[in-house]
Amino acid sequence: MTSISFSVRLEEERVSFWFVVTDSARNVTTVPGSEVEAAIRMNRNRINSAFLLTDNTLQFLKISSTLSPPIEPTVPVWLVVFGVVLCLVVAGILLLVVSGIRQYKKKNHESAETGDLEDNSNTPVTTENGIPCDILDLKAGQINGVYAADDERLTPL
Amino acid sequence: MEKPRPLWGNPLQFVFACISYAVGLGNVWRFPYLCQMYGGGGFLIPYFIMLIIEGMPLLYLELAVGQHMRQGSIGVWKTISPYLSGVGIASVVVSFFLSMYYNVINAWSFWYLFHSFQDPLPWANCPLNSNHTGYDEECAKTSSTQYFWYRKTLNISSSIEEYGSIHWEQAVCLILAWLVVYLCILRGTESTGKVVYVTASLPYLVLFIYLIRGLTLHGAVNGLIYMFTPKLEQLANPKTWINAATQIFFSLGLGFGSLIAFASYNEPNNNCERYAIIISLINSSTSIFASIVTFSIYGFKATFNYENCLSKVILLLTNVFDLEEGALTADNLDSMKDYLISTYPNQYAELLPQIKNCSLEAELDTAVQGTGLAFIVYSEAIKNMEVSQLYSVLYFIMLLMLGIGSMLGNTAAILTPLTDSKFLSTHLPKEVISGIVCFINCIVGLVFTMEAGNYWFDIFNDYAATLSLLLIVLVETIAVCYIYGLRKFEKDLLLMLGHKPNWYWKIMWAFASPVLIISLFIFYLTDYIRTGTLDTTLRDQL
Repeated sequence: MTSISFSVRLEEERVSFWFVVTDSARNVTTVPGSEVEAAIRMNRNRINSAFLLTDNTLQFLKISSTLSPPIEPTVPVWLVVFGVVLCLVVAGILLLVVSGIRQYKKKNHESAETGDLEDNSNTPVTTENGIPCDILDLKAGQINGVYAADDERLTPL
Repeated sequence: MEKPRPLWGNPLQFVFACISYAVGLGNVWRFPYLCQMYGGGGFLIPYFIMLIIEGMPLLYLELAVGQHMRQGSIGVWKTISPYLSGVGIASVVVSFFLSMYYNVINAWSFWYLFHSFQDPLPWANCPLNSNHTGYDEECAKTSSTQYFWYRKTLNISSSIEEYGSIHWEQAVCLILAWLVVYLCILRGTESTGKVVYVTASLPYLVLFIYLIRGLTLHGAVNGLIYMFTPKLEQLANPKTWINAATQIFFSLGLGFGSLIAFASYNEPNNNCERYAIIISLINSSTSIFASIVTFSIYGFKATFNYENCLSKVILLLTNVFDLEEGALTADNLDSMKDYLISTYPNQYAELLPQIKNCSLEAELDTAVQGTGLAFIVYSEAIKNMEVSQLYSVLYFIMLLMLGIGSMLGNTAAILTPLTDSKFLSTHLPKEVISGIVCFINCIVGLVFTMEAGNYWFDIFNDYAATLSLLLIVLVETIAVCYIYGLRKFEKDLLLMLGHKPNWYWKIMWAFASPVLIISLFIFYLTDYIRTGTLDTTLRDQL
């Protein structure tokens, strides 16, 4: 069993003391300084809390306090969040691409089924009284310039 | 006959797309800096004058041209004159350069966002050195936020020649950023139109939350006073006016072809005049709003650092001179220092190098712009707030929205001419073209994730889009006014909107804006030739 004896010297305005650790089991000899230092380093926390002090208010000369390392989470949190966002984005892209391909196939399928009067492109067929205009004789009518298609308005220079 | 051109679902989508594009990172990280450097509240005077002389007219011009010709930038200028198709190609090339490096900023925002879910925030504390007796050397010399930015995020090498390896974490974030952009532009205006509702409005919500939080922070008032006290003598400095003109010019994103692309998806009778005014006013007010938030945060950070500095000095003096606890306070520090100098001259002289002179003005004066402001200064302020994780997440989501909104415009500027071209659109569906563009940009962007990547980023930021844009917009204005003809343009506007443009627009288009751009161009060119580097005025504008 070890016992600690204190000798307090009020040299400065700060409370300071030095102490000697003896091992009563081994003939009351002093424990070597290096062992004491190692023990203090390991148990600094307990010694501090015994005095209700902190590393800043209780200083051991020659034993510089080690700082507690920042808490490292076991799993890198950022990778988890990254993984979640990545999966969502890739799922979104696949969804849009697949639905786009399906729409495209459906459109092709539909336009293959319709009759000869319609083109495969999406231009609406202009009709006059239910008869498509390209059958009618357009020369008899007047082309109204206001309704010219976009391309014709912008003649290249 | 070809498919009808895709249109915006409603005019609001168009407005939101333009706002989302124009309101970008430059509003948050460039304007507050300019305000501080060039006269505080007084800077608003040249800012608004330039808005009226060049901002609104040039914005209206680009929107009207795009809406009328209904094509991307290459097609538009080819239609005006076949000799001018080079202007369109220049716009596309500049947009390509911009999208290459701009998305790296989004990658950084993602990185910080993902790291915000930890308690404490990873940039709040320095890591320890190897034997745990103190902090890591690099970190102790600077600060934990700077360490996190330069070492953990960028892992920056000491010079541009030392390439180093690709930082895989950044590369992965960059790939994610490009996937997000691809998701938004995949279906063209159909998907972009929905996304811009979020990217345009969310930043305002976050800025509002930050405004409330910022104004209630301790010391915020110091920052606001410092910023808004007008220093009217700066108005005599020509650099003030040049910076105001440059900021308006680049903040609106003119010359990239994005505005032309967005407007080309409009209904032909959309009132783009009204929207041009609305968009430019919203852009400028957002800059002012963001700088109020930024300066309250500055004030908080500066006050916090100042008080920390003071308490460190007090602790040092108390320890060395064995004074009572509480004998030294912030108020009596100066008088006590004089007393100590006179009573213990030798000891004080030894101590002198360690005693820092704490000054609030010095802390406020550290005007920062660009990535330094966004990622170092803001994160330093955030780590000192309560519930810092929440504010951090909000802030980086806001940066992401701003960045992605601008990227949507950039990619639209590249993709619209490509999908307009008959050759490409008959052979490849637009999803594949978008995918190829995103893929190429992503691969090239991996350069910026190397250890020397930030130096390359600075080069691109300074030179890629700056002088060339001035030239492009100058040629655009001259082309529309003099080659196409102002009268013909007037008639086109009459057809589209139902009324002719009034004399203000015509004078600005024909005289004021070209003259202003020419003078800006001459100034920057001569400055570049004289000093050998491009004026830092132009950087970080976008």
